[in-house]
Amino acid sequence: MSRHRVEVLIQPRPGLLDPEGKVVHHALDSLGFPGIEEVRVGRAIHLEVDAADAEEARRQVDRMCRRLLANPVTEDYEIRIRAETEEERR
Amino acid sequence: MTIAVVTFPGSNCDYDCYKALKDVVGAEAEFRWHRTESLGDVDAVVLPGGFSYGDYLRAGAIARFSPIMEAVVAFAGKGGPVLGICNGFQILCESGLLPGALLRNEKLLFSSHDVHLRVENADTIFTRAYRRHDVLRMPIAHGEGQYYADAETLSLLEGDERIVFRYVDSEGELSHETNPNGSAHAIAGIINEAGNVMGMMPHPERAVEEILGSTDGLGIFSSLVEHLRSGPAAVTV
Repeated sequence: MSRHRVEVLIQPRPGLLDPEGKVVHHALDSLGFPGIEEVRVGRAIHLEVDAADAEEARRQVDRMCRRLLANPVTEDYEIRIRAETEEERR
Repeated sequence: MTIAVVTFPGSNCDYDCYKALKDVVGAEAEFRWHRTESLGDVDAVVLPGGFSYGDYLRAGAIARFSPIMEAVVAFAGKGGPVLGICNGFQILCESGLLPGALLRNEKLLFSSHDVHLRVENADTIFTRAYRRHDVLRMPIAHGEGQYYADAETLSLLEGDERIVFRYVDSEGELSHETNPNGSAHAIAGIINEAGNVMGMMPHPERAVEEILGSTDGLGIFSSLVEHLRSGPAAVTV
């Protein structure tokens, strides 16, 4: 068993209107940042999960995403396994 | 006859629903705390508006895993009437009792004002007191009320007359300006396929007495109570 640092990135589905992204895009334009094609605003969730290995941690977090963390009707999610935690390195 | 009003941490329209049912329509209403695992002997359930669990993650996403929701899903599965208002509608979508989802309002504003609704289907247990195409006035108060569903679901809802209310102007006409949140097909309320679970974003419980400025919401509660008085026995879950 080891501790895994997992990051979940949740995004509004492509094609779905993202009013928050639009507003941020507009604000960046107003500040003079050039060449922005698109802005989408999502959510990042960081978890520390105890699991046998990274794959098991990914499976656990995938189940969490399906059940609670993301809404399958409107959101896509991506799971990233980060480096091992300090505790594990010791 | 008993109608349960569920209180989640963060519900703020539970007393309004209770009062509408008990004092205005004259039904027996009882509160159920969200941690209760059983509904007991009840004939209908109301999920009231508010900000359950602070709307964290997504509105309704946490509330749908409250202990009582398992009983509500079972109750609905047996044909028991369930009405979800505002946050209650969001919880019904999150729990899968109704299709689709409620997104942030198109203009990102929290909208709190009266709207006009057109009754699209007056042949449901929640709308029999109205006539088709009646125009009702009642308040909305939400930041996440933009109804969204994929094209297939929307055409199913349209085809089966499961869109119960649409946002319109005072004349009953559809227009982009009177859609307060960018909802697909101007949807303000829908019903499930079996016809016993309805969700709506506007607040009928805030439009049940003259002193509130409108009594147009009363028909929803009186339709339900009339249906229960004329009909089936309690469903125990």
